[in-house]
Amino acid sequence: MNAAFPAKNENTSPYYSVQLRRFTVKAMMTMVAITFALLYLMPFGNMALIAVKSQQQLVGSTDSPILPLSAVRFEYEGKLYDVFKVPAEDGSIREWALINKGRQSSEFIDPENVAAGLIPWEGSWRTLEPVQELEFHFENFGIAWEKLNFPLLFRNTLVIAVTGMIGTLLSSICVAYAFARFPIPGKNTLFLVLIGTIILPSQVTLIPTYAFFASIGWTGTWLPLIVPHFFANAYNVFLLRQFFLTLPRELDEAAMIDGAGPFRILLSVIIPQSWPAIISVGLFHFIFAWNDYFGPLLYLLGKPDLQPISVGVQVFNFQYGPNPELIQATSLMAMVLPLLIFVAAQKIFMRGVVITGVDK
Amino acid sequence: MSSVDANAAFPAPAKRSAHRGNLMRQQRFWGWVFLSPWIIGFILFTAVPIVVSFIFTFTNFSLNSSATLRFVGLDNWLKLFRDPVTLQALSVTLRFAVIAVPFNILVPLGMAALLNSKYLWGKRLWRPLYYLPYMVPAVSSIFIWQSFLNGQTGWLNRILRLIGVQSPPNWLQDEGWILVAFVLIGVWGVGNAMLTMLATMQGVPTELYEAAEVDGAGAWMKFSRITLPMISPVIFYNLVLTVIGLMQYFVVPYVITRGTGNPNNSAYFYNMHLYKTAFTFFDMGYGATLAWFVFLIAIVLTIILFVTSRSWVYYASGDTI
Repeated sequence: MNAAFPAKNENTSPYYSVQLRRFTVKAMMTMVAITFALLYLMPFGNMALIAVKSQQQLVGSTDSPILPLSAVRFEYEGKLYDVFKVPAEDGSIREWALINKGRQSSEFIDPENVAAGLIPWEGSWRTLEPVQELEFHFENFGIAWEKLNFPLLFRNTLVIAVTGMIGTLLSSICVAYAFARFPIPGKNTLFLVLIGTIILPSQVTLIPTYAFFASIGWTGTWLPLIVPHFFANAYNVFLLRQFFLTLPRELDEAAMIDGAGPFRILLSVIIPQSWPAIISVGLFHFIFAWNDYFGPLLYLLGKPDLQPISVGVQVFNFQYGPNPELIQATSLMAMVLPLLIFVAAQKIFMRGVVITGVDK
Repeated sequence: MSSVDANAAFPAPAKRSAHRGNLMRQQRFWGWVFLSPWIIGFILFTAVPIVVSFIFTFTNFSLNSSATLRFVGLDNWLKLFRDPVTLQALSVTLRFAVIAVPFNILVPLGMAALLNSKYLWGKRLWRPLYYLPYMVPAVSSIFIWQSFLNGQTGWLNRILRLIGVQSPPNWLQDEGWILVAFVLIGVWGVGNAMLTMLATMQGVPTELYEAAEVDGAGAWMKFSRITLPMISPVIFYNLVLTVIGLMQYFVVPYVITRGTGNPNNSAYFYNMHLYKTAFTFFDMGYGATLAWFVFLIAIVLTIILFVTSRSWVYYASGDTI
C-alpha cells in the first residue's frame, strides 16, 4: 500500500467498508428522524398557514391551495381587473389583465404597457389560468388580540399561575425538607401515600371539593385554582426531596452547631443549593397553570372577566366557529409563552421530568 | 420505589443520653411542622372528599335543588347499572383505552429508541423538537389538530389523497374514526413518557451491550433482550399513568365535540357524562356515584397491572416496589 497516495480502489478494504456502512446507517437513521419530525410537527404548518389566510383565501374544498394565495389584480381606469396567464401570438405566456370578457374573444391590457391599449385575444378566457401571488394576512393576530381581549386573559392567567406557583413552592419545599431531613415516625408510609396520590383519579374528590368551595362562596373566584396549591403536591415534593437528599448533611450539621434552627438551615443552607430543582418546580407549575382547562372551566363558569387563556380561547373559538383563521391565530398566541419558556429553559425542564419520572 | 428508605440516614443512636433524646424529640416536632402543609392538604382535599364522595353516592345531594337532602339507599348505584347513557359512555371510554394504551406506550418507546441510537446525527436537536408538542397548551393543540384533521382542507387528508387514498375519512365527523382521531391527537402528549424512557435507556450499562455483541447479538436482539427488560420499570410506570390518565380523559372530546359527544354519542366519554350530570344537571349524588365507580375501576386496573407486572417488569436492584 502506498501510504502517500491512498488509491481510490482501496475503499473496498475492510476499514473503508466498515466506515461506509456506519455512514450509511447514520444517514438512514437521521432520515428516519427527519421524516418523523416532519410528520410529528406537521400540524404546526397547517396551523401557521391557516392563521395568515383571509376569509377569501379559505376555500373549503379539497383542491383549495395550501398557501395563502390571492388573485393578482390590476387597476385600470379606476377599476380592478383580474390578471391571467395569456398565450400570446408569438407563443410566449404573458400576464395580462382581463378587461372585457367575451365568450369567443376577450380584450386584455398589458399592465406593463398600458399605453398600447386594449389587446384583443381569441379564445375562451375561462380556460386561462389566473395569476396568483402570496398574500399573508398578519392582521388576523391583531383582530384576534382585540376580540379575545388578550391583555385581560393574559393578566388573569398570570395572576393564577404566579400565586399558585408561590404557594406550591413554599409548601412543597417545606414538605420535601421534612421528608428529606427529619426523623418522622411512619415516614415511609406517609411518603408512599403521597406518591399514591399521583395515581388517584381526580374525579373521586371533585364533587365534595366543588361543594365545599361553593358553600364558602369561592366558586366564581380564583381561590379554588390557587389555594389548594398551598398544600404541596406529590410531583413537586418528590422532585425537591430527591434533590435535597443529594445535598451533604455536613453543612446542615455545621449550621446546627453554630446554633441555627431548622428554618434558618432551610433558608440559608438548603435553598441556596437547590435552585435548579426549585426553578424546575416553579416552571412546571407555571406551565401547568397556563394549560389547565378543567379547573377554570368548572370554577369560573359565567365569569368571562376572570377566565384564563385556556378557557378564553375555547369560548372565543366556539363563538367564532366559521373563522378558522382566527381560531388558528388564537391557538398560536396561546402557546407562544409556554414554548418560549421551554426553549429558554429546556435543559432544566427535561432534567426535572426525568427526575420525577425515572427515580420512582 | 427504591428511594423511599430515607430513614436509613437516621441510624438509631448508639448511646441514648438525655440530651440526645431531647434533640430527637425536637427534630420530630419540627418534622411534623414542615410536613403539616401536606398533611392538612391531604386531609382537606383528598381524604375527606373521598369519604364524603362515597357518602354522597347514597344521597340525592344537589347544590341546585330545593328538595331536602335525604338518603336514597342504593338507588344511585342501581341506576348506574341500568342507565343506558352511562353504559354507552363507559363503553366509549374503555374502547378508546384499548386502542390508545398500546399507542401511548409504543410511540414514545420508538421515539426514545431512535433518539438513543448511536447512529444518529443531531441528537441535541431532535430531543427538544420531539418534546416540543408536549408543551403546547391542550386547548391550542386541540384546535390545531382539529384543523389538521379537517376532512376537506386538513393536511392529513391532503397527503392521504396525494398518496392515492380515494376518499380518506372525515376524521372528527365520522363515528367510526373519531376515536382513532383522538389517538392521533394524543401522540402530542407522549413527551414525558419519551423522555423518561430515553433517560432510562441511556442508563443501561454499556457492558451489557458489549457482552451481547461479543456473543453475536444483532440490533433487534440487543433491544429486545437487554434494552426492554432494563427499562421495563419505567414502561410500567408510564403504563400505569396512561391508564389512570385515560380514566380521566375529558378535555379533548369535550372541546372537539363542544360538549355533545357527537356524532351519535360516539365521542361521549364517561367524564363528559359525569361533568354533565354533576355540573349541568346538578345531580351530584348520582355524579358522585359515577366518580366512585370510575375510581373502583381504576383501583382494579391498577391492581391487575401490578400483579401482572411481576411477570414482565425487571427490577435490577431486586426490590419490587
